[in-house]
Amino acid sequence: MATRNPGDLAAERAARGRSTAAPGSPGPPGTLTAPAGTVALTGGLSRSFGDRIVLDDLDLEIRSGEFVAMIGRSGTGKSTLLRALAGLDRDVTGDLTVNAAVAVVFQEPRLVPWKRVLANVSLGLRASDPRGVARAALDEVGLAARADAWPLTLSGGEAQRAALARALVRDPGLLLLDEPFSALDALTRISMHGLVLSLWERHRPAVLLVTHDVDEALALADRVLVLADGKIAHSATITVDRPRDRDHPDLVALRIRLLTELGVATRDADTLDAD
Amino acid sequence: MRLISPIAVLALWQTLTTTGVVSQQKLPSLTTLWSTAVHLTTTNSPVYGTLQSAMAISLERVTIGFAIGGGCALILAFIAGLSRFGENAVDPIMQAARTLPLFGLIPVFIVWFGIGNPPKIWLIALAAAVPLYLNTFAGIRGVDGKLAELGQVLGLRRREMIRDIMLPGALPMILVGLRQSLGVAWLALVVAEQINANSGLGFMINQGETFLQQNVIFVALFVYLILGLLTDYIVRLIERRALTWRRGILET
Repeated sequence: MATRNPGDLAAERAARGRSTAAPGSPGPPGTLTAPAGTVALTGGLSRSFGDRIVLDDLDLEIRSGEFVAMIGRSGTGKSTLLRALAGLDRDVTGDLTVNAAVAVVFQEPRLVPWKRVLANVSLGLRASDPRGVARAALDEVGLAARADAWPLTLSGGEAQRAALARALVRDPGLLLLDEPFSALDALTRISMHGLVLSLWERHRPAVLLVTHDVDEALALADRVLVLADGKIAHSATITVDRPRDRDHPDLVALRIRLLTELGVATRDADTLDAD
Repeated sequence: MRLISPIAVLALWQTLTTTGVVSQQKLPSLTTLWSTAVHLTTTNSPVYGTLQSAMAISLERVTIGFAIGGGCALILAFIAGLSRFGENAVDPIMQAARTLPLFGLIPVFIVWFGIGNPPKIWLIALAAAVPLYLNTFAGIRGVDGKLAELGQVLGLRRREMIRDIMLPGALPMILVGLRQSLGVAWLALVVAEQINANSGLGFMINQGETFLQQNVIFVALFVYLILGLLTDYIVRLIERRALTWRRGILET
């Protein structure tokens, strides 16, 4: 669907990877050679804002088709890492390679208010029939009926589904989700989880979901990373089949482990405070 | 509803002038003005010409002057709004132009451009450019940075970024600027046409003053008023069409 040549894109990402190498860093600055099947690879990725170090020599690999969730307290650099992967942060240092088309869904839907829903989905899309492709994507997220609506008339859930369609239509190899459900009510959030899973199963992009909701991570991801002090402090693989029962003993055990990693003592706390 | 107060004012005007409370020398009655208007339209007097030709000339000057000034203002505002370099290059000059006493330039423009149409058109252009520039510049800088970031993520080309994000984002402010600048353009026209002019509505006012004919002055002022309201109405129509997406906020 995307007419951008994946090779060009890789080259473009690679070029950025090189440019992010820290001047004077030990060893030849350059792009890590990503093994086949890897869509994103970082090595020694660092970022600081003034004196505050947000990402500290972080290594991360995301394999193609893998659903990764990243949790962490606020201010631990989750969003910073996601922005670096999206190419929105030019000031990170270290190695960064992204070998796939990237699409992002932000915390707020970020629909362009003066474009109808359909035009929002097809915005910037290089396809022979952008509107047709966009319509199909809206259909897939169950929003075909609102194709001609103005974004400001959508509910929170509808707007976020439109944002998902807009990301999906770009046929991404890496889908970055930056706390996309945190502003939704609990019921809408559950149905969005189902939608994201079914879209992921059908299109199989690699997903990096940034969230502060441990249960959301447990319900969706193959791998859960805990980010603390600018590093990946803990990594856990989940093999439980989807759809998952949140009382599955493996998940219960992992929930306790993750909450401990996050420094939350109470056993029954299932979400972390965002702020 | 909005028509009630203007109609009341006109009714009061007519009553005061016909009952002799206010002298017709000072304020001609509406009926007198109407017959003056009819007379000015039907007879080509050597002193005034015809009302419609004066109107056509004034309209032409405003249109050309506004097109030049408004067009330049939009281009300059986008140059200044889209880059720091552009801002440094353009903005100081426009800010200086803003503080220039516009009507003090009339004698300068007459020396530069003679006494025909050009000095009037340039004055209108300069007058119209300033508010449109200021509002457009502010509008572009006010576009949500998150949307610009979105455009980057979606891989928009620069042209698409301007067309799909910057221009529509700045549009509400551009339209505010448009209304202000049209208002100023009419104002500049009146002043320009009263100095060294031999045609147009401002000239008609000047002649009316010379020949002590209040009724002619008032007719010309009414025409200004109507043309001004008409252009404002047109901008509001554009506004309603171009900003339909905002109605969502009002309805929900």
